Amino acid sequence: MGTAIETLDLTRHFKRGKEKELVVALDHVNLQVEEGEIFGLLGPNGAGKTTLINILTTTLLPTSGAAYVKGMDVVEEAAEIRRFISLVSGGESPGYGILTARENLWFFSQLHGLPSRVANERIKEFMEKLEFTDYANTKMHKLSTGYKQRLNLARGFISDPDVLCLDEPTLGLDVLSAKQIRSLVKEWVKRDSEKTVLLTTHYMAEAEEMCNRVAMIDQGKILACDTPENLKRGLEAKATLRLEVPSDESGYSWLREMPGVLGFSETTHIETGTTTLKLLLEDELGIITISDKIKKKGLRVVSMSETRPTLEDVYISLVGRGLK
Amino acid sequence: MSHSRGFLTELELNLRAAYARAWVRIVGGNREPMWIAFEVILPILTLSAYVFVYRVLNAPPEFTGFVVLGGMMLAFWLNVLWNMAAQLYWEKETGNLTHFLIAPISRMAILLGMALGGAVNTTLRAIAILVFGTYIFQVEYTIGDPFTAMLIFILTLVALYALGMLFSSLFLLYGREAWHTANLFQEPVFFVSGFYFPVKLLPFWIQVAASILPMTFGLDGIRNVLINGAQLDGVYVHILVLLLFIAILLPLARWGLAYMERLAKKEGRLTLRWI
Repeated sequence: MGTAIETLDLTRHFKRGKEKELVVALDHVNLQVEEGEIFGLLGPNGAGKTTLINILTTTLLPTSGAAYVKGMDVVEEAAEIRRFISLVSGGESPGYGILTARENLWFFSQLHGLPSRVANERIKEFMEKLEFTDYANTKMHKLSTGYKQRLNLARGFISDPDVLCLDEPTLGLDVLSAKQIRSLVKEWVKRDSEKTVLLTTHYMAEAEEMCNRVAMIDQGKILACDTPENLKRGLEAKATLRLEVPSDESGYSWLREMPGVLGFSETTHIETGTTTLKLLLEDELGIITISDKIKKKGLRVVSMSETRPTLEDVYISLVGRGLK
Repeated sequence: MSHSRGFLTELELNLRAAYARAWVRIVGGNREPMWIAFEVILPILTLSAYVFVYRVLNAPPEFTGFVVLGGMMLAFWLNVLWNMAAQLYWEKETGNLTHFLIAPISRMAILLGMALGGAVNTTLRAIAILVFGTYIFQVEYTIGDPFTAMLIFILTLVALYALGMLFSSLFLLYGREAWHTANLFQEPVFFVSGFYFPVKLLPFWIQVAASILPMTFGLDGIRNVLINGAQLDGVYVHILVLLLFIAILLPLARWGLAYMERLAKKEGRLTLRWI
């Protein structure tokens, strides 16, 4: 098996706004993705994930450094790379609303030179796999968000690319649609050892389920890169605590100042008026300290449990905060 | 690693892409019958106003023919300006453009497909405008040489759509600014191109300004042949000028597209919305 994607000190700057403020989207990124891998790129919005994908799919030039897809330079051999690569971006629905799902897929297949017979066979195959054959003749603008995204994914597969870039492919999808998409991607890579998927997501559970390896990225820098198991193993000596407490307008940033707290994330639930705090602690002793502090502040703890480390905990340990 | 493909394979790939893009436009543009009805009826209402004004002013009867032919050709100009020039911008907004750029095809194949599809759709509407306009206002033609008229018509379309290809890159780069600029120029272009009257009636300097548009020469040539009965020797200058437009505009469109792509990849204009 060879290398599907390689980046060497890949850097990309942008100038933003009238003041031409310099934004460092990618900062000396070094990555190597092997053929046959589902490789996850995890990070919050604005971390540089999409910029990296744009460079790899040849729609953006690097400021410095180099990037290779199947050994080909993204700058010098962009035309060649386009034969092997495909992109699916979640939340986008490329195509024409006035055309049916089937017609849209046929159109995109023609951009890759597929004879209509082959294209129609693949359209049928992916419509069956993604369970939207019943909507084949429905105009795209009448499809629900979930079905539009299935159509988008089928479009990404239609050219049978060697490298498929999935940029937040399950963004905003219902549980069932997201599960179907994840299953199809895993099956597709499993079937052919030369297929490679680069997945960007901020759903840590999705990355844990799908990826052979993940890289964590923040502010354009790769913070860690390994298998999910190895990344989590590094936290075995730490304690991870999940607390549900009433939402507090002033927030819980004071937790950061507490001794033994390595980092935390907070998720507010509007419907219940509660906040879930995920804390990464130096050790289990910290749990008692935190509990006491919360009681002293007069806050009621709705629930508290010690959890096994997840990729989100790894992320918290690296940057001191969660993704949200 | 070398993966170069043969010329014929490349040609087939790009022809498929151009055909598919034209197909999208033809099928999409004719799927809603109401659109076609509006696109035929509204221009006829506009040209009716001019016809009635000319009749009230006792203008020569050939002015009615001028107006009907102008109305027919106006459909192409509007198609070039709003559907051709603005199309890449909309493709960007809908997320299609990224996939055109990632596909292993020439960007000119997409533009060619858009132009062909637009030309086919608009020809259907233009023929309807011509037939209905001619019937309603009882226009009489003095056709000099139908082949010459057809030649000028085809050359005008090629030049017009080449201009549309060039505009599409500009629209893409400058987005809404280009959109507003086109809006600003729409009515003056109607005026100087002489859609509803012979351009020779305009002051000399306006005629010179109008000569930068292929439509001015195309429309004048077609009118000369179909209404004034001119033969090939009477419109050869029109033909030469249109050929010159094509020779300049097509390579310029190709260059413009390549320039746009280079700049956009460098500055991130195609991929980022906050730039």
